[in-house]
Amino acid sequence: MVWRPTLPTKDGARLDVRKTYKLYGGGAFPRSESGRSYVVNDAKGKFLANASQASRKDARDAVVAARKAFGGWSARTAYNRGQVLYRIAEVMEGRHEQFSAEVAASEGLSIGKARALVDASIDRWVWYAGWADKLAQVVGSSNPVAGPYFDFSLPEATGVVALLAPQDSSLLGLTSVIAPAIVSGNTAVVVTSFERPLPAVTLGEVMATSDVPGGVVNILTGSASEIGPWLAAHLDVNAIDLAGVTDHEEATALEAAAAENLKRVRRPADEDWTESPGLSRLTQYLELKTVWHPIGI
Amino acid sequence: MSRFEYAPAPESRAIVDIKSSYGLFINGAFTEATDGKPFKTVSPASEEVLAEVSEAGPADVDRAVKAARKAYDKVWGPMPGRDRAKYLYRIARLIQERSRELAVLESLDNGKPIRESRDVDLPLVAAHFFYYAGWADKLEYAGAGENPQPLGVAAQVIPWNFPLMMLAWKIAPALAAGNTVVLKPAETTPLTALAFAEICQQADLPPGVVNIITGAGRTGQALVEHEGVDKVAFTGSTAVGRAIAKSVAGTDKKVTLELGGKAANIVFEDAPIDQTVEGIVNGIFFNQGHVCCAGSRLLVQESVYDEVLARLKRRMGTLRVGDPLDKNTDIGAINSAEQLARIRELSQVGEDEGSERWSPECELPTQGFWFPPTVFTGVSQAHRIAREEIFGPVLSVLTFRTPQEAVEKANNTPFGLSAGVWTDKGSRILWMANQLRAGVVWANTFNRFDPTSPFGGYKESGYGREGGRHGLEAYLAH
Repeated sequence: MVWRPTLPTKDGARLDVRKTYKLYGGGAFPRSESGRSYVVNDAKGKFLANASQASRKDARDAVVAARKAFGGWSARTAYNRGQVLYRIAEVMEGRHEQFSAEVAASEGLSIGKARALVDASIDRWVWYAGWADKLAQVVGSSNPVAGPYFDFSLPEATGVVALLAPQDSSLLGLTSVIAPAIVSGNTAVVVTSFERPLPAVTLGEVMATSDVPGGVVNILTGSASEIGPWLAAHLDVNAIDLAGVTDHEEATALEAAAAENLKRVRRPADEDWTESPGLSRLTQYLELKTVWHPIGI
Repeated sequence: MSRFEYAPAPESRAIVDIKSSYGLFINGAFTEATDGKPFKTVSPASEEVLAEVSEAGPADVDRAVKAARKAYDKVWGPMPGRDRAKYLYRIARLIQERSRELAVLESLDNGKPIRESRDVDLPLVAAHFFYYAGWADKLEYAGAGENPQPLGVAAQVIPWNFPLMMLAWKIAPALAAGNTVVLKPAETTPLTALAFAEICQQADLPPGVVNIITGAGRTGQALVEHEGVDKVAFTGSTAVGRAIAKSVAGTDKKVTLELGGKAANIVFEDAPIDQTVEGIVNGIFFNQGHVCCAGSRLLVQESVYDEVLARLKRRMGTLRVGDPLDKNTDIGAINSAEQLARIRELSQVGEDEGSERWSPECELPTQGFWFPPTVFTGVSQAHRIAREEIFGPVLSVLTFRTPQEAVEKANNTPFGLSAGVWTDKGSRILWMANQLRAGVVWANTFNRFDPTSPFGGYKESGYGREGGRHGLEAYLAH
């Protein structure tokens, strides 16, 4: 079942208003420029919705939006980015029931198990939010060079990151790939799970109302097999996460395409999204900058 | 302007003992190549043949990787960090003891001035081993988790511009983290790596922990693509780095790449001008400009352009080009005929595209490979000499008016290895450092290196860092 804003009335007394599931890019909710949509069923095969099927052009537009947003987002103070991520968690909390219903339908889980996954997803945003203003202290360094120089190293966001989100875990997995990318100042183009895209669309609506600047997160529903190669080969994308690619040959081809402009590549791996994520995803999309200056009088 | 002439002050080459031929260093011993042909390494300053070196073929690569695997499984992997540290300290001391010999050998094989190999390369090589020696028994504090593990066998391919220093940057962190290595030096500069093999023997380093195989691109490719390799570390051109990134796609191999650059060296009108000119010269003419992080694009604020150019040209007129073993030499030989051809070709393109070329009068030796220090003015951002890595003593000069314009121009490149900023204003230095998309920013200095200081690029300059505790992460699973 899909969450509906039902009111406590008798059966049939009010016809519900259903949601149109659209893409989220540059802070707006467009349909695919291709005009395509595809049928999204629940885990039992029952119709849930028509989702927009993003095209190559949608992906390119999303990269443009992400690049445009990068300068501003990465220049925010870490404290501010932390607050924005925390705000995402707050707004998700208010939509808990909607997310739970969508996760339950998408993943074929009981509502209780789905609620637990939504809890974990919200908690994950909170966890990553706290990292925003601690990362530089943990990952950076002061370097005691053998000479009269002040020398320090700081992490910086790598740029535009393409995230091929997990196919199975429609919200927790999705959160676990988006949050570590954007908390440090990267902007993201996300290709959702093909069969389970609805929680991602709702997450886009959360982004739009959580002070996340337009373009920082761009969400494309559709096929990673179709859009992935264009993102992997895109010369204005700096890094790519292949979490949602299940076929080894496909992953190999995407990694090879990503080599063209030396993208930072996160290979697919068997991941348990319920486990504590650690720092590896967070540091994957960071560059380290070392600055030298002479010391003298 | 009158000038005092210098008498020749050559460093003696009697301190080095070059064999007529070298085998491959595999499993602790020099062995004949089984399926490759010998090739010659020459002194680029005289074209004299220094030695014959073996080209490792696929069977040799396989032997080396297997030796490294065995050493990893049986000896180096299980060895306590404390003992790995002691071996690395031994190596550091041996390098210091043989420092002059290695410096002369480096200058002979590479063509770089002895002043640089003696005062920059060799001290940094020893320091690098000292630094990482101390990490070997402290890995749990390196920020890579509580129980960091080595990756296994590391395939390392290094360039010819800093042969022994690049070897140190590769081998020291790899061994400290508990990996074993197969290293391939560049085909034009194999001799100091082979001398390092002897140092491993003198240190009684267990056989197979370090293997040195010589050869050209084919050997490197066979090494990188070998199935028994867990980690690939490469320093060199972006083109080869890209090919490596493609070739490891779909494998479990971890990769770090330190590739090309086209660094902006940015001069503001308030910069102390004499220091700045020294910094510009150091930025582009150090090591004949064979430096991936060379300050090859000079961006000068318009208001001081005339003065900076005049002083720069005057200073360039005092640079001494010639015998690398002469202690007064500032600019040595170009490393190879191939590289010289590339520098000539791109310089010609610079002229053809409308930039103005200038070099001081300087007599170049008749034998060997030489190129005079050269500056191009009237360069636009679209010119190839402003976009492509020349990897030679060739500086392209552009101008700017505002700090924002300087940042735009500096970042307008697919590379992102280094950048320089010259200004007296502290807040501007930090603002510029924030804005520049480059892995190393030198403010009021240039081309400084230190084992504690992480080095590596953004964008198409590669990924991963060398130096500091960050350099260990490239060799640890976490």
